Amino acid sequence: MIAIIDYKAGNIASVSNALTRLGADFCITDDVSRLNDATGIIFPGVGHAYAAMQALKEKNLDEWLKSTQKPVLGICLGMQMLFDFSVEGDTACLGLIPGKLEKFDNSKGKVPHMGWNTLRFAADSFLLKGLSVEDYFYFVHSFYAPVVDATTASCFYADVDFSAVVSYKNFHGVQFHPEKSGAAGTKILNNFINYVNEGKE
Amino acid sequence: MVAKRIVPCLDIKNGRTVKGVNFEGLRDAGDPVELAKRYSDEGADELVFLDITATNEKRKTLIELVDKISRHIQIPFTVGGGIRAVDEIGDLLNAGADKISLNSSIVTNPDLITQAAAKYGSQCIVAAIDARRSNDSWLVYTKAGTHNTGLDAIDWAKKTAELGAGEILLTSMDKDGTKSGFDNELLKKVSQAAPVPLIASGGAGTIDHCIDAIKLGEADAVLAASIFHFKEIEIKHLKEEMAKADIAVRLNF
Repeated sequence: MIAIIDYKAGNIASVSNALTRLGADFCITDDVSRLNDATGIIFPGVGHAYAAMQALKEKNLDEWLKSTQKPVLGICLGMQMLFDFSVEGDTACLGLIPGKLEKFDNSKGKVPHMGWNTLRFAADSFLLKGLSVEDYFYFVHSFYAPVVDATTASCFYADVDFSAVVSYKNFHGVQFHPEKSGAAGTKILNNFINYVNEGKE
Repeated sequence: MVAKRIVPCLDIKNGRTVKGVNFEGLRDAGDPVELAKRYSDEGADELVFLDITATNEKRKTLIELVDKISRHIQIPFTVGGGIRAVDEIGDLLNAGADKISLNSSIVTNPDLITQAAAKYGSQCIVAAIDARRSNDSWLVYTKAGTHNTGLDAIDWAKKTAELGAGEILLTSMDKDGTKSGFDNELLKKVSQAAPVPLIASGGAGTIDHCIDAIKLGEADAVLAASIFHFKEIEIKHLKEEMAKADIAVRLNF
């Protein structure tokens, strides 16, 4: 059973609809005991980093996420929250992946980075199985994570190469919205579900 | 490289698509979900649903429709048409819409952009602007193009972005329905004035028109209705031709 973390800062409808289409066994919850029962966690996120961090803290979900050993997939702001710090609202994030989120420079490109973009592959990842540089993914964001050791794929926009897919220990994240990225995005979600079900990489 | 987007637009009334739709192979061409799926399969990058229902039941039927679309479509979609309250925007986003397009309501109440953007993020707020040329400038019209606001379209576009709109959907009323090409002069001025993505609308008739909107008009996306509804241009073919013109487009779908 996959649990989608519900902390009122994510577009849960799109992610849950995508999992329904894939026939995945999942629940939507903010209850720690149900999270403890899950085999994998999807951590969505839309909106402002500071508001999202506050919402997590209110439910003690920040502490739960920091200590879990279960596979976690952060999506969009959910991925960003895995990093140390965001200049968006000068927010201390979960600190699971080293790095600081910056804002795109709007003299270099329109902000938000909104639309379909391709990836540059940096390292092997189970999430990227079956995908190529020809595949496009749907991005919507104004802040970006730097390329770090955890980066398995990056994306280039507004003169910046930033993290598009990350994996560090049991924490994984995608900056784009796989649930909105057509067939390519469906493969990413399927790769995560299969990984969780197999319980191994 | 970020791809330029092709965006079919569907007009909705009482939960059904209106205007003639000429699609073979659809059981029911009036079903927005079925049509949306078809466009998605053919390579549309995004969809816009414009609700023109004018009844009291509108809000409920629109939310039901958005919920249904979200269950079946794996690409982003925008919903617009007479939306004027922050909580209404919230309900549509919660039902699964990715973006909300606001038009007349933000002219009378510009603060709505700021409030909605603060609550849900700029990325989901689209400022829809209907503009008509007047000598050397363009003026903003509202209420389905019937009311001249006197606002300069380029200034208004810039202001909507400053207030928090994350995207502009710009329709040339002079070009809309003519199939004579987009108003590339207007597009270019708005694209350079407002630092947010720009969707070109009004005037699509040929593949070259769409290419020109991007190359001359500097648009980030091209919206059209009838050329897709009547299959005058197939989305896949359009994208292949755009790729030949050195425009980055999403061909794997």
